[in-house]
Amino acid sequence: MLKIDNLANEVAGKPILKGLSLTINAGEIHAIMGPNGAGKSTLAYTLGGRPGYDVTGGSVDFDGADLLAMEPHERAAAGLFLGFQYPVEIPGVSNVQFLREALNAQRKGRGEPPLSGGEFLKLAKEKAGLLRMDMDMLKRPVNVGFSGGEKKRAEMVQMGILDPKLAILDETDSGLDIDALRVCGEGINAIMRKSDKAVLLITHYQRLLDYVKPDFVHVLAGGRIVRSGGPELALELEQHGYEAVVA
Amino acid sequence: MTVATLPTRKDEAYRYADLAALETLWPLPAERIVLGAGEQGARAIVVDADGAQARDIEIVLGEGASYDLRVLNAGRAYGRVAVRVTLGKGANFHFGAAQLAGGDQTLEIVTEVVHAEPDATSNQVVRSVLAGHATGTYLGRVVVDRGAVGTDGEQSIRAMLLDRTATANARPELEIYADDVKCAHGCAVGELDAQGLFYLQSRGLPPAEAKKLMLQAFIAEAFVGAAEEERLTQAAIAALEGLL
Ligand SMILES: Nc1ncnc2c1ncn2[C@@H]1O[C@H](COP(=O)(O)OP(=O)(O)O)[C@@H](O)[C@H]1O
Ligand SMILES: [Mg+2]
Repeated sequence: MLKIDNLANEVAGKPILKGLSLTINAGEIHAIMGPNGAGKSTLAYTLGGRPGYDVTGGSVDFDGADLLAMEPHERAAAGLFLGFQYPVEIPGVSNVQFLREALNAQRKGRGEPPLSGGEFLKLAKEKAGLLRMDMDMLKRPVNVGFSGGEKKRAEMVQMGILDPKLAILDETDSGLDIDALRVCGEGINAIMRKSDKAVLLITHYQRLLDYVKPDFVHVLAGGRIVRSGGPELALELEQHGYEAVVA
Repeated sequence: MTVATLPTRKDEAYRYADLAALETLWPLPAERIVLGAGEQGARAIVVDADGAQARDIEIVLGEGASYDLRVLNAGRAYGRVAVRVTLGKGANFHFGAAQLAGGDQTLEIVTEVVHAEPDATSNQVVRSVLAGHATGTYLGRVVVDRGAVGTDGEQSIRAMLLDRTATANARPELEIYADDVKCAHGCAVGELDAQGLFYLQSRGLPPAEAKKLMLQAFIAEAFVGAAEEERLTQAAIAALEGLL
């Protein structure tokens, strides 16, 4: 589904990713762990097409298409979802209005008919329920006044509504208390654990991986994948720290 | 504010005006609205014509009267709306205006709000969206006369530049000759939040749609609570679509 080959980039003139390769197949869940500043968020933003994250080398194939040639909204329509480490507040724009327009823009891009207001609300209610989020919150402006945990849950509601093929979730577990962690973990499983979907989880902690069991774990350090393994690698990291494992 | 002879740049209220366009409109039609004690009024003005337009409005509010004026200044040529308000004791004036300009247009909103007597309140919310080489101006003077204690005057002025080549002039001014008054103004000129734009785009909105959504929210602050909120909003969205 996703084939990252030797990806290199610069942010503000500074090289961050330095030849990163990673292949993710449909039906798989991958976790990326790594020290602060390793380039994990940079990888997520680069795959999402954020301006200022300039690709200087390598390629990314997404289901047979050149991901790096697409605009951010085209990547979304192609089935990519980026869960932000720091979800952005958009004053004055309600979640419901935003998500309906976003979903319909994606559907238009794929040549599908738009959802009516009623159809959309039914879908939104179902996904909000999955994440135990009150529909009233979805009527409020995007992320404004939401706690850290609410923002992360709202991201997962968005993911449920947009129904992507590939979700890249950047520290979705940070800022969550134990109950919210379980709700989000179960939400990710319900929405994304399917044979035709895949997930790339970026996390520091084993605790999210207790709920969303990865098939592969990678360590990102210095802009490259320096080690890959199975779920046991995450436990090893938790026990011995990055330095010991990477050295 | 009504000037008999054609103004020049030296006239403060016309400092940024498109004088050539103004000359074709001169003398400006003057309008006077007078509300007696306790009366209430509201009005929504939508300027969305192809040709230049300028108007002077004078509003006099008696004791305890209140008036709600909304303006959408979004024509395709020079557009000027000047409002002078005199507030009697305990009167209330609410002004919400948005102006949207592109090309090399000049748009301006000029207000003078005079708190002539005690305990009156005035509140102004002005939002400008400026693209291309457009110039958008807000000149707003709040005058608190001697003895007008208990005055509460607020101005919230914000402009959004869609291109670095656009210009916003925002000048809220206070002239206070009384004690015990509460006047506040906030004034900001900015650009669309790049992080917010990327966030919306990452969910599938094309750039123009993402901008529209954010600008719609920005403008909405001028029209919230208006009796004709829906008409103003629809006209503003149509004008926005012309800019993006
Ligand atoms: N917008 C930016 N401008 C300049 N440097 C940045 C920017 N974003 C990230 N960086 C730098 O890139 C490196 C990787 O950061 P990041 O991808 O956020 O790491 P991680 O998510 O693994 O903690 C860090 O050295 C950080 O300082
Ligand atoms: Mg990060």
